[in-house]
Amino acid sequence: MVEAVLCVVRRDLLLAWRRRSDIATALLFFIIVASLFPLGIGFEPNLLRAIAPGVIWVAALLSSMLSLSRLFAADHADGTLEQMLLGASPLGVIAAAKAAAHWIVSGLPLALIAPLIALQYDLPAALTPVLALSLLLGTPVLSLIGAIGAALTLGVRGGGILLSLLVLPLYVPVLILGAGSVEMASAGMGGDGQLLLLAALLVASCAFAPWAIASALRISME
Amino acid sequence: MNWFWYASPQTFDPLAGRMAPWFALAAALLAAAGLYVGFFVAPTDAQQGEVYRIIFIHVPAAWLSMFIYLVMAFWAALGLAFNTRLSGMMASALAPTGALFTFIALWTGSLWGRPTWGTYWVWDARLTSELVLLFLYLGFIALQAAIDDPRRADRAGALLAIVGAVNIPIIHYSVVWWNTLHQGASVSVTRGASMQSQMLIAMLLMALGFWMYSIAVTLVRVRCIMREREA
Repeated sequence: MVEAVLCVVRRDLLLAWRRRSDIATALLFFIIVASLFPLGIGFEPNLLRAIAPGVIWVAALLSSMLSLSRLFAADHADGTLEQMLLGASPLGVIAAAKAAAHWIVSGLPLALIAPLIALQYDLPAALTPVLALSLLLGTPVLSLIGAIGAALTLGVRGGGILLSLLVLPLYVPVLILGAGSVEMASAGMGGDGQLLLLAALLVASCAFAPWAIASALRISME
Repeated sequence: MNWFWYASPQTFDPLAGRMAPWFALAAALLAAAGLYVGFFVAPTDAQQGEVYRIIFIHVPAAWLSMFIYLVMAFWAALGLAFNTRLSGMMASALAPTGALFTFIALWTGSLWGRPTWGTYWVWDARLTSELVLLFLYLGFIALQAAIDDPRRADRAGALLAIVGAVNIPIIHYSVVWWNTLHQGASVSVTRGASMQSQMLIAMLLMALGFWMYSIAVTLVRVRCIMREREA
């Protein structure tokens, strides 16, 4: 089972690395969206500091969602997914591995680049670790929940738009807790509570989402 | 009694056809009684004046909007577990009614909020959860509409409904902790009702009426779905 996980993760990462521009596009999208807000709202430093956590989190949500439709599409097109369904290793394990690979490609870079965006918004230096940590805990949840939606909309008309309609409402708790942790920390109350709740969400979605992804894949591949 | 006897569309269709008019009649009577008690018998509220009377529509609609989602998830789970055709049809028949009540709850809530809070919309916990619930309903409907094969549409929608039902408490509590301005619940199971009994009667009558209405339209809609698919 561990072998299957490692194999799927390595394969997906290798495929992503062969098409590096896809990773760069999602990351660039995140940076551009986050940079657009000051242009629209104005550069008043206090205002920017106040909206920074929310804007960065919303940009992360959208960027992570954009790459979701690619999660199963290529494997579906060339028949690999069918072989995975027929294979000996449990489908849930493979689904979890694919979500993990998706996170490494699309979530982790966001958490790493976020401190740079935080500088643009003049976020106090003490808050940057909280922001990065909240993204580190929250983006895997986005990948896991998003994978359910990606599996459900596999090969469906207008899949991309539909996917956002299915997945974004389910992202609400992650957004509230993630942005809330930074806001609480900036209010001097400490974001620990929100970060712990985010960690709880991560544990819960690690436990349940792979099942849901696996059954969604079975439904879509019937 | 064999519960699975009516699980087949062929046997359920005549039953639904016979029951729907009675539920519709009950809905009309209960709603008329509820509106009469609510608008002519119940006294004017000491603080809010006449405007409070919108709760006779708002609160039952909000109850039903949440309850219908649970019923929908129940049918969805049943459909996935037993692979019955009717369950998926019931889930898709319930969704538009649930979305309608969610929209009514939001709409009447904002009409009530304008004179009482001084604003049509606040980012309060219950309003926000209700809005997310509306998005969940619309996502369910959109997913089913996008899939051509009805079997796959049923099963995909069922999974989405279950994932949504698991998420609703999480969404609700995350929003509650985030912010709250809404007044506390006036009707609670543990404390009993903290309102005048005529108001309570009107509200319960309206809730029952809405309930009967939901059953009636769901039965009619499920018969339409059967005809669309089996024709």
